[in-house]
Amino acid sequence: MNTKIKFGVGVGIILVTLTALGWVGVKESKTYYHTIAEISGLSQSELSRHMRVSGNVAPGTIQHLPGRIDFVLVEENRRLPVSYTGTDPLPDTFKDDAQALVEGRLGADGRFTADQVQAKCASKYEVAPTPSGK
Amino acid sequence: MDLFGSFALLLAFVCAIYAIIGGIAAIRTRNPFLIKSARNAGMAVCGLIGLAVASLVYLFLSDNFSIAYVVQHSSRTQPTFLKIAALWSGQEGSLLFWSLLLSVYIFSVLWSYRSKHPELMPYVGVILATVQLFFLVLNNFIASPFKMIGVAGPGGVISWLTQPDGRGLTPLLQYPEMIIHPPMLYSGYTGFTIPFAFALAALIGRYPGEKWIHLTRRWTMIAWCFQSAGILLGAHWAYAVLGWGGYWSWDPVENASLMPWLTGTAFLHSVMMQEKRGMMKVWNVWLVFITFTLCIFGTFLTRSGVISSVHAFAQSDIGPWFIGFLILILSVCTAAYLKNRDYLKSDNKLDSVVSRESSFLFNNLILLVACIAVLSGTVFPVLSEWATGQKISVGAPFFNRINIPIGLMLLFLTGVGPLLAWRRTSLDSLKRNFGVPLAGGIVAGAIAWPLGFKDLFSLACVILSVFVTMTILLEFYRGARVISARGGGNIFSSAIQLTLRNTRRYGGYVVHFGIVLVFIGISGQAFNQDKQMEMTSGSQMRIGRYTLVCQAFDTVPGPNYTSERVSIEVMKDGRETMMLYPEKRNYGDSQESGTMVAISSTPREDLYLVYAGHSPQSDRPVIHAYLNPLVKWVWFGGVVVVLGTILALIPNRAPAIVMQAVAQTSPGTAHASGAQAIPATVHYEGRRFDE
Repeated sequence: MNTKIKFGVGVGIILVTLTALGWVGVKESKTYYHTIAEISGLSQSELSRHMRVSGNVAPGTIQHLPGRIDFVLVEENRRLPVSYTGTDPLPDTFKDDAQALVEGRLGADGRFTADQVQAKCASKYEVAPTPSGK
Repeated sequence: MDLFGSFALLLAFVCAIYAIIGGIAAIRTRNPFLIKSARNAGMAVCGLIGLAVASLVYLFLSDNFSIAYVVQHSSRTQPTFLKIAALWSGQEGSLLFWSLLLSVYIFSVLWSYRSKHPELMPYVGVILATVQLFFLVLNNFIASPFKMIGVAGPGGVISWLTQPDGRGLTPLLQYPEMIIHPPMLYSGYTGFTIPFAFALAALIGRYPGEKWIHLTRRWTMIAWCFQSAGILLGAHWAYAVLGWGGYWSWDPVENASLMPWLTGTAFLHSVMMQEKRGMMKVWNVWLVFITFTLCIFGTFLTRSGVISSVHAFAQSDIGPWFIGFLILILSVCTAAYLKNRDYLKSDNKLDSVVSRESSFLFNNLILLVACIAVLSGTVFPVLSEWATGQKISVGAPFFNRINIPIGLMLLFLTGVGPLLAWRRTSLDSLKRNFGVPLAGGIVAGAIAWPLGFKDLFSLACVILSVFVTMTILLEFYRGARVISARGGGNIFSSAIQLTLRNTRRYGGYVVHFGIVLVFIGISGQAFNQDKQMEMTSGSQMRIGRYTLVCQAFDTVPGPNYTSERVSIEVMKDGRETMMLYPEKRNYGDSQESGTMVAISSTPREDLYLVYAGHSPQSDRPVIHAYLNPLVKWVWFGGVVVVLGTILALIPNRAPAIVMQAVAQTSPGTAHASGAQAIPATVHYEGRRFDE
């Protein structure tokens, strides 16, 4: 057999396998971004998907309960109650008013069950000199 | 001092423009005076940026809180080393630091080739100055680190303010690795500019032959070495600081640093095809173009806010500048390629599927697929929003599914590739080279299976690691045996001699061995365990063969923080071994807190303790314990990779026996430093000693 064909077959097998694996990986881990405002307009099937929602942590709503941590995310005056049930400790940046990104599913009761929480302290990494009139 | 710094930056900007315009004029006129003055302007940029950086460091050290950047990243109580590291911990400062590193590379290149390659260097100078100019535009006009804080008073008069104290560095960055990780990674990113500039210059100037590859080999290896070290230090930082028990999470920032590493690795391998066989010329040129583009693209990704990431800098207005620059790079590269592609014709064809050539082709194919997978996973939210209107992200399962098999295939090729002969390999030589290592791998697999390596990928990793290690050892042994037979001496001193005579080849083997160690470390992930528990004085938690006993929970003051600390006694197999102190630091300056993980690391496993906060009801500390097997091998492998690369950078020692076979180079040339030593190594590199 021609060397080029042999080589092409090898390349083909590798590419097809990896593409298939990638496709499975996408199916497994795809997460839809939604804003809190959008959630109310989603259809039933869309609501059952794995979602990623961002917002700010409403001050005073963080509650450490046995086995979970509850808090409320706020975005443009819309509120979303969240229960974090993941095992990893929450990041240091997670606190009142922090910008948070939660991943998980929405329950039938409208409470969002998050398996992952990322948080970014709103004031940091950011270039905003504050001439607070001092 | 801030005025001094801004002015130095402005002058650097002017010099870079001159280096470009003067350089183009020099290429047109071939006027020696112009060539020299454009080169000098290019080198002067380095000194000027150096002055700007020095003045910014001075502003930090003298606690000048009238400068916005200093206010945001420093405070009076901050330790001195962190005041210096604050230079690269924010957007503006890190862009300036980036410029500095780039200018140092450019200075070194222009200086070391000042009287060599007169046809090529003016082109290189212009391309380098253009890249430098882009960053200087950002430093000067878009993200200047020397901005002062001012408010508009009555009548539009701006009054300057000086804050009493700064806000302090983010606690996450207050860690010794902050000093070394960004400089390493940035040195990697910027270093790939050099091979890029030479490749583009050779293409535009139709510079004959493979010379640009010989000239840039060392520069590429230096950049690659920094990039590897930077990636692993970043992983170590995440592991030791972020407190989630792992070191790699496929975060966009991590991916951004991995992508140019993947294509850079492919480039380092595929250039050998061009050196030896005159093949893959188009491919090599494009690989280096892509690597450089990915360096810029990665910077764009992490700084523009396009992709959300935990580490990412805030959204900023530098995004469009980067897009413009990326378009410029790609259009210049494409135009140069279309115009001069006939000069990149291949000299040879692929002869056989079982050959060194094809192992390189597969290596390149796989590395490139890995890069495409990482890239598409990273920009998936942007792509999906563009294609379907819905923003969708993919997570770790996607990356792992593709990259774990890819990693194992690469590991396999690491063992097989270097032993295959060029053109075609006979069945006999396959048996001779791979019989013993293959048997060794199978035996290792048979031992590992009952020990608990039931996970398919982990088992494959064990088998392949042993296989690759044995092929490497066999190579050293065979070469050393030849030398020891001819010149006497024992096998070990012969192995050292062998290595020093062909550092590129044997240094490469050491790098491969380092990669094997990293893979062994990664395979340990399949056996990770973790447990979380609320503890009181005297309560116990068991994880693996460790028993953790909580001794005390107290508050301790530090230099610029106070810390909540849990004292935990660790018993291994029932015997008391040590105390570990996971803590949480609260920084007064910034009202922020930072978790300090307590890690006890052995080659077998890491015990990793996080103080996850205290329960508000009972006020008891919550401890999250992780048991991560083999993690230390990753860091150790990284050290071996770096040492191997350094070894490969050392010029060859005058070879006695080996060189006789290649009469066309006198042994003396190998002593010459820098570029001239490279062609000498090329002739016999890859030659089998027993053939």
